[in-house]
Amino acid sequence: MIALVDCNSFYASCERVFNPKLWGKPIVVLSNNDGCIVARSEEAKQVGIPMGLPLFKAKDLIKKHNVHVFSSNYTLYGDMSERVMTVLRQFTPNMKVYSVDEAFLDFSGFKEEKLAALMREIKNAVYKQTGLPVSVGLSHTKVLAKIFNHVAKKNKICQGVATCFEGERIDKVLKRTPIGEVWGVGRKSEVKMYDAGVKTAYDLKHFENTHLIQKRFTVAGRKLQDELRGISCVELDDIQKSKKNIISTRGFGKQVTDKNELREALASHVSKAAEKLRAQNSMAKSMNVFIRTNRFKPTEQVYDSFAIEFLSPTQNTFKMVRASSEALDQIFKPGVEYKKCGVSLSNLYDFNGSQFDLFSQNDSLKDLNLMSVMDSVNRKQGSETLKVATCGTTEDWKMLSQMKSKAYTTRVSELMEVN
Amino acid sequence: MRNTVTKLKLYSTYVEAGFPSPADSYLEGAIDLNELLIKNPAATFLVRAKGESMIGAGIFEGSILVVDRSLEIRSGLICIAYVNGDFTVKRFVKRNTNRNVGSESRIELHAENESYSPIVIKAGDHFEVWGVVRSVITKTL
Repeated sequence: MIALVDCNSFYASCERVFNPKLWGKPIVVLSNNDGCIVARSEEAKQVGIPMGLPLFKAKDLIKKHNVHVFSSNYTLYGDMSERVMTVLRQFTPNMKVYSVDEAFLDFSGFKEEKLAALMREIKNAVYKQTGLPVSVGLSHTKVLAKIFNHVAKKNKICQGVATCFEGERIDKVLKRTPIGEVWGVGRKSEVKMYDAGVKTAYDLKHFENTHLIQKRFTVAGRKLQDELRGISCVELDDIQKSKKNIISTRGFGKQVTDKNELREALASHVSKAAEKLRAQNSMAKSMNVFIRTNRFKPTEQVYDSFAIEFLSPTQNTFKMVRASSEALDQIFKPGVEYKKCGVSLSNLYDFNGSQFDLFSQNDSLKDLNLMSVMDSVNRKQGSETLKVATCGTTEDWKMLSQMKSKAYTTRVSELMEVN
Repeated sequence: MRNTVTKLKLYSTYVEAGFPSPADSYLEGAIDLNELLIKNPAATFLVRAKGESMIGAGIFEGSILVVDRSLEIRSGLICIAYVNGDFTVKRFVKRNTNRNVGSESRIELHAENESYSPIVIKAGDHFEVWGVVRSVITKTL
């Protein structure tokens, strides 16, 4: 028995916890730099605001429907997410956080007849303790749990909880589920499925020729079919967020032509990425640094990137900042108006499992200790309290976030105030 | 709320070369302020008090309220309530409106300052208890 717990309109709901006036009102949340709409409340969806729409194109709709607009407040969302996961963890030790707002909970071995009540209890506990509404879908497998989570969210009668174990009832729902909505079926495979006559989840479940499925859709297709049939085969560990890349990038609030400003911005991105790297206990072998001009401006486009290969995997901010700075020297062009820069870390290794090479430049113990002190200070005192001096102290390039709510839960100076 | 453990040593001695202090065997665990003030970190939010309506309860302008959302509200507890568009910190009081058994009750929010009168929740008000105030932190410097 697997449950998928998913927060409803997570970013918008986080804003509402501290601003209850916004319940029932349309809300949108913008991307970094206030560029595009990246999250919408149910009400905002209903008035027809599409996902990903640039803010300037949404202005009319926003005005017409009195939509509340927020810059993204990832500090707040991250903290609220941790709270939700902590509450959920009280219900089962077997849990996998799948994304910032959803988690799979394994209830194998629990009494089936008690689970429906338990799911309602979970939903109520999360709301009571964090103020965030969630939907819960429970069934035999993860793929089915995901489908029933969707049912819980869309059907008012469910009141946020849908549990289903019984074959006929499952089939009824699968018949109404277009194959493209099934977890893991992308655009491409959707077309291929249609060609094979598979239009709904039900069609795939009952597709007789399993060899054909495997041939056309690889093992993944087979696994999907098994999951729809109620046979668990996607392990919680399989779906753990892959540690392939860490990216930190952001547009500038204005055009940047000064090399030192770019250097500081890059150093700051490297620091953030490296902190993430250490938090997940990884080391990176490769780093890519890029700078670019405004993609939406009809002027000459400049995009330059520089790949760095470390001698041995590292998680040392100093080493990486130095490398990013050298990379910038290679690619920077005077006179160009840069609008965005960033770094990505790839080729990641587990910190513990990595092969230490005696003769290469491993991270020195001293540096690693310093990193861990820096990380813990930044966790406690707010991010970037301690940082590498290259990151600068003025940060003219900092992103626009004019409509950001406060860091209610992480900064003493920004607490909610009550009379 | 992160569970950072900042321990205050209640009792300890310097290590002297030669003899261990006999007091060391009486050393007790340190006091953890988090543990003292917070019971359920995931459900705990800090809120800053404004104004003087609750001075009788030891809540002053600038006090930090430790609000626990996991606690069930009951008459007599101090809560953060949301009333018709605004947050307020007040004592939650449930009053029977009629002496008969099984009669209706009404909710009032009481200030702890004579110059404020209670807020009586009426039918149709948008009212919700946001959380219960478990502790109050007031700095004196």
